[in-house]
Amino acid sequence: MGVRPSDRAGDTLLRGLCATAAVAVIAVMVDIAYQVLHGSHQALSKFGLGFLVHTTWRPNFDVFGAGSFLYGTIVSSLMALLIATPLAIAIALYLSLMAPRGVRSIVGSLVEMLAAVPSVVIGFWGILVLSPFVRDHLEPWLHGAFGFIPLFGPPQTTGSSTFTAGLILTIMVIPIIASVSRDLFDTVPQELQDGAAALGATRWEIVRGVILPSTASGVAAAAFLGLGRALGEAIAVTQVIGAGTGIHASLFATGDTLASRVANEFAGATSTLHTAAIFYAAAILLVIGLSTNLFAQWIGRRFDPSRLVAR
Amino acid sequence: MSTTEVDFTAPLVATGNLRRRHRVSRAAEGLALGSSVAAVAVLGIIVAYVVVHGAGALSLDFLTKEPSPGGGPGGGIAPAIVGTGLLVGVATVIAMPIGVLVAVYLTEFAGPAAARPIRLALDLLNGLPSIVVGLFVFGLLVVGKHQSGFAAAFALSIIMLPLIARSTQEMLGLVPRQLREAADALGVSRWRTVLTVVLPSAAGGIVTGTVLAVARAAGETAPLIFTSSIFGNRVTLDLLGTPIPNIPVQIFTLSETPDPSGYERAWGAAFVLLSFILVANIGARALLTRSRKKMGR
Repeated sequence: MGVRPSDRAGDTLLRGLCATAAVAVIAVMVDIAYQVLHGSHQALSKFGLGFLVHTTWRPNFDVFGAGSFLYGTIVSSLMALLIATPLAIAIALYLSLMAPRGVRSIVGSLVEMLAAVPSVVIGFWGILVLSPFVRDHLEPWLHGAFGFIPLFGPPQTTGSSTFTAGLILTIMVIPIIASVSRDLFDTVPQELQDGAAALGATRWEIVRGVILPSTASGVAAAAFLGLGRALGEAIAVTQVIGAGTGIHASLFATGDTLASRVANEFAGATSTLHTAAIFYAAAILLVIGLSTNLFAQWIGRRFDPSRLVAR
Repeated sequence: MSTTEVDFTAPLVATGNLRRRHRVSRAAEGLALGSSVAAVAVLGIIVAYVVVHGAGALSLDFLTKEPSPGGGPGGGIAPAIVGTGLLVGVATVIAMPIGVLVAVYLTEFAGPAAARPIRLALDLLNGLPSIVVGLFVFGLLVVGKHQSGFAAAFALSIIMLPLIARSTQEMLGLVPRQLREAADALGVSRWRTVLTVVLPSAAGGIVTGTVLAVARAAGETAPLIFTSSIFGNRVTLDLLGTPIPNIPVQIFTLSETPDPSGYERAWGAAFVLLSFILVANIGARALLTRSRKKMGR
């Protein structure tokens, strides 16, 4: 029985359409990298890698360096990751092991709903609600208690600070890490947990001895996904970080991140070199973002191929 | 061997050590519960602020009128609401067919070698900071020309594409193999199987995945500030020629000015945006659970 010509044509057509779409996706990804690098060409040739360490950003004088933005990006994201990861793991453990069925689905959806709140709304809330609270209560308290550590310097008057940005990022990153980790914890075979319980392990010892060790790589990958999100968040950070320049030891000083600086310059570049410098900052962001993402996939795959985490 | 004397006749009671282990366990459980309560509380606090302040700004005029000239008090955000709908609509029209086709290619046609670079590209696109996407479109379509609604919609479609492709792929993977085999056994050609058997049975999941992507795109600000941020009070259909007003950029610019009446309008706009996004999310999730159940999972 032969294949009807119309069917052969249909198969070829559908296959061709699908393949074209797939190639288009790859082309867009490649073109993004190309455009961003191409746009940064002028700044790249003028400032070279020194751009990464120089901290002056003066559009009027055509002097650009992203050192302080790079610093702000790393500090705010690390702070968010350090606070968010343990909290998110705790949430995931609660959802996966402790919560009664009804509570589980409700709380689970609520936590995921937190990820759905647009960053501009979180940032706006951050300006009007979180910043004043941080300025009036959290920062003075931390400064009073831990002021001998340079990280907790004297609070600023506005409440806009790297610290506030870190808190906002924490809120945005928790649901990502929590929902990935919960899915991971759900995959741990019940027999292993029952086995540990039969040996007399308490719930915490089951978590410590069975669940966390068998999912550690996946949880690390989830944390890296969260880190990638924190590094690249532009809008909410712009709103609360205060657009400060320079590198300060204190978290309570204003700062800036690569993404928030790029977002801040939307009002318009003053020169072609300025535009190129913005693209250069975005190129750094692109490289950091892509490597975090690839690294997250690599950890997930390397330690446990069956639980490749990718969302 | 241990030299400790064990009294085998003693009743089994919790020793100090066991009590300590239980205490540690209970403390850990308390922390887990506390963290979950804290996360839900943060969501509750944010939503409560938006509802309380936003409801105050809300009125029929706010939803149906243009902003007052000069950006003073009064006036509404109607152009931004319509504009966001328009931008997201165009973005969906671009992203949905491509996303679905890519997913079909991955599940129905591609071998492992061909699938890998495509999956990778989707994952990388998904993990890309949205500000970079905005700057990419700025470099591609805006530099040397001007901002336009189409540039903004194109940027949003890049955000939506990996989300739609991934959720569609997941749903296509849930379509039972027996359905495809039955179609093959009847001599149905591949393209007919895909169009009349596979896609229809995954349709519910594809639609909900798209709704989630729409909800995500509607709240994105970063891709828009370079592509459609300098806008007037008019929504035009001239997408290629003019920037289109939209809610996220409206909130962003209002939040950057220290004018309290602007803040009130920003709360109102945030209320409108957040209600749409949360309702879309809740609806989509409910539908998703249902269509997953229907697929026998």
